[in-house]
Amino acid sequence: MSLRLGILHSRIRQEEKLILAALKQRGVLFDMIDDRQVIFPMRSTALPSQLLAYDLILERCTNHSRALYALRILADHGIETINRFETASVCGDKLLTTSALNRANVRCPRTVVAFTPESALQAIEVLGYPVVLKPGVGSWGRLLAKVNDREAAEAILEHKQVLGTYHHSIFYIQEHIAKPQRDIRAFVIGDETVCAIYRRSDHWITNTARGGRAENCPITPELNDLCLAAARAVGGGILGIDILEDADRGYLVNEVNYTIEFRNSIDTTGVNIAERVVDYIQEAARRKTT
Amino acid sequence: MDKEGTCLECGVKIGLADDTVQGEMLQCPDCGVDLEVTSLEPLTLDVAPQEEEDWGE
Repeated sequence: MSLRLGILHSRIRQEEKLILAALKQRGVLFDMIDDRQVIFPMRSTALPSQLLAYDLILERCTNHSRALYALRILADHGIETINRFETASVCGDKLLTTSALNRANVRCPRTVVAFTPESALQAIEVLGYPVVLKPGVGSWGRLLAKVNDREAAEAILEHKQVLGTYHHSIFYIQEHIAKPQRDIRAFVIGDETVCAIYRRSDHWITNTARGGRAENCPITPELNDLCLAAARAVGGGILGIDILEDADRGYLVNEVNYTIEFRNSIDTTGVNIAERVVDYIQEAARRKTT
Repeated sequence: MDKEGTCLECGVKIGLADDTVQGEMLQCPDCGVDLEVTSLEPLTLDVAPQEEEDWGE
C-alpha cells in the first residue's frame, strides 16, 4: 500500500490493538492520530496540517461528537474515511437511524418521538406499557429506561427534563420487545455479514458492556439479507447491527453502530474481525491507487 | 514484560506487556482503577478519563 493511512483514535481499546496488530502483520504503514491532540483546520482555513497528507483515515474515536465532526472536516478536505461522515451521522443518532431504516423499509420496533414530558407521556400510553426510553445519542446500554407503568413514566420524564441536557428532552420512545433473553449483534463489513453473536442476559439490557454473554449466532440467508439492507440504509461501511427477535414479527433492527467493538466476538465466532477490517481498508486503498 | 508502571491510585507495581502502546487502557489488578498509558518513553500512567455521555461504538 503506497497511500498514507491514518488511524484516528482516542484511548486505545482492545479493538484498536487488534487492528494495529493485523496492519503490522501485513506490513501496512500507518500513523496514529490522537483526537485529543490534533487540530482540524476547516477547509477555508489555510493552515498547514499533517492531517491533509493522509489519503485514507480509519476513524476509531471513543466520542461520537469528535468522530462526527472530524469525519465532516476530513471529508471537506477530500480525505476518504472509514466510516464515512454520512454513515456516522446517521448511526450516532438513534432517531436518525430509525428514520433511515424506516425509509428503507427495514423492520424496526415501533418508535415514537415527542418533545415535552406531557406529549411523551401521551405517546407512551398510545404505544402501551412497557416501553423503552433511550437517549438519542449514547451507547453501551447507558441511560436506557424500561418504563412499566404511568408512575414510572412520569418520574423518568421529569428527571430527564430537569436533570438532563436538552438532548434528553428529545424523547425517543420505543416499544419494549419481549425478546428471548438475548439479542443479536451482527457485523457487516462492506457487502458481507461476516459473523454474528447472540448477546444473552437475564437482564433486559443485553449489551456485552453490561454483562451480556456472547455466543455464536449462525448467519441465515434471512439474517444476512436484513443486515445488508440495514447497512445500506445507513450508508454502509463497517457496522454492528443490533437485532431483536420478536415472536410474531421475527427480526427487528434495533440500532446500528459505526465504530464497532468486537473483542468478545472473535473467539466466539471464529471470525477474525480485525483481519476483516484490514481487508476492507486494503480494498479501499486499492480502489484509490488504481 | 519488560516495562513496569505504578498505579496512581494504590501504588502497586503493574507489569506491562511488550506490545503495550501509548493511549492504551489498563486496569490495576489490585484496586481496579482504570489507567491510561500516556507515554512509553519514559513510561507514564495516568488515571483514565471518566466515561462521557457520547462514548461508545
